[in-house]
Amino acid sequence: MNQTLTLDRVATDELDAINLTVASGHIVCLSGFSGSGKSRLLRAVADLDPHDGEVRLGNTPAHSLMADAWRRRVMLVPAESRWWHDTVGEHCGALRESDLTALGFEASVHQWPVSRLSSGEKQRLALYRALSLDPGALLLDEPTANLDEATRERVEQWLVRRIHDEGLPTLWVAHDPNQIARVGDSHYHINGRQLEEVPHGAD
Amino acid sequence: MELIELEYWQLALASTLVLILAGCSWWIRLGFGRSLVIAAVRTTVQLSLIGLILEALFSVGALGWIALMGVVMVILAGREVMMRQRRRLRGGWAFGIGTSAMFVSAFTIAVMTLLIVIRPDPWYQPQYAIPLLGMMLGNTMNGIALSLDRLTDTVWRQREDIEGRLMLGQRWQEAISDIRREAMRSGMIPTINMMAAAGLVSLPGMMTGQILAGSPPALAVKYQILLMFTIAAGTGFGTMLAVTAGSYRLFDQRQRLRTDRITDPTH
Repeated sequence: MNQTLTLDRVATDELDAINLTVASGHIVCLSGFSGSGKSRLLRAVADLDPHDGEVRLGNTPAHSLMADAWRRRVMLVPAESRWWHDTVGEHCGALRESDLTALGFEASVHQWPVSRLSSGEKQRLALYRALSLDPGALLLDEPTANLDEATRERVEQWLVRRIHDEGLPTLWVAHDPNQIARVGDSHYHINGRQLEEVPHGAD
Repeated sequence: MELIELEYWQLALASTLVLILAGCSWWIRLGFGRSLVIAAVRTTVQLSLIGLILEALFSVGALGWIALMGVVMVILAGREVMMRQRRRLRGGWAFGIGTSAMFVSAFTIAVMTLLIVIRPDPWYQPQYAIPLLGMMLGNTMNGIALSLDRLTDTVWRQREDIEGRLMLGQRWQEAISDIRREAMRSGMIPTINMMAAAGLVSLPGMMTGQILAGSPPALAVKYQILLMFTIAAGTGFGTMLAVTAGSYRLFDQRQRLRTDRITDPTH
């Protein structure tokens, strides 16, 4: 399912018509000051906020699908994850032990009560949960923000590997220039109401 | 059996109890004396007025006037449903949904009960129609107000959970299913409790009234059971309708949660 994610003149309250193409398996990093509209842009791409313009996955525009089907394909993982059932497993797709191991969990984590999770565990499991539902593209809002150095590295490597293996076009909101240099195939910075490409190696 | 006539001086006698209570409240600064007196005056005025209206209605007995009375009662109940919600749907939806839910459930069930079960002649005879509709509206109003209040308030408080579910690709019906169930439950619980406790803890008002008015207890009981059933059905269906319509309104065509359609009571 190697498909390109295309933003065609997408405009939100904070941003003017944005054109952006994310190739299959590529990671486009987005940075910008807080309040510059990064998260809102991801929400617009997931069709959770009203917006102008069109988003396409491959040749499929968002509006041609039911909204739930679109969000299942173009999956947003917010900075703060929410859990509503009692156990972890109830939120996830089929158990994937290799992913859990890579993230430092055992298979039994599916039976864990959500109330027991630390904020770092929640963040890792939110990423696992999203990928367990087989999306076709990823929108990640600071996916490693609350993690310690060692865990961050582990999660980052796992994410990059999965994104490449499955050919997922990915928008990745990040602050850390080092991380952006490590994971990003390209990098855009929000300047005012525009996206500006930051040449690689420049940051 | 003759009814004992109640004179105004007898009511005045009873009102001294309320006045003494208000005096006590003032004396030890409980702070409810004023609202107690106002409420007592309101009850007197409102009930006297409705008494006059009912006297007139009973003597005329025309379908048109009775229907008008019924419609006014439904609209007033709809307004009450709206006022009792802390967070409401904007743009007249809180009133519209509450009123139509009551119209569809309470109104139709009252008419069906008259036509099929009680069958007075004519079927709209106000002695039966107005009290029946009044009792049904009073109870469905409570249920619908409770359930809509619970719905909008819980959706507001759990909006991030709902959006989290939408992000994972759940349909809006699934994302709100727990809240919807809870809202309907909270609307139905008072009615279920009332039916379960009837006769044990409290004697229902209508039955008490009928017995006071001289009807044999066995008959009064049968009417009360009938009324309990219609109230349960009216509240249940009304609550289901209102919560379903309310949830529908909380999302748009792209299944986005629209908390902007709920009022914020802090502003």
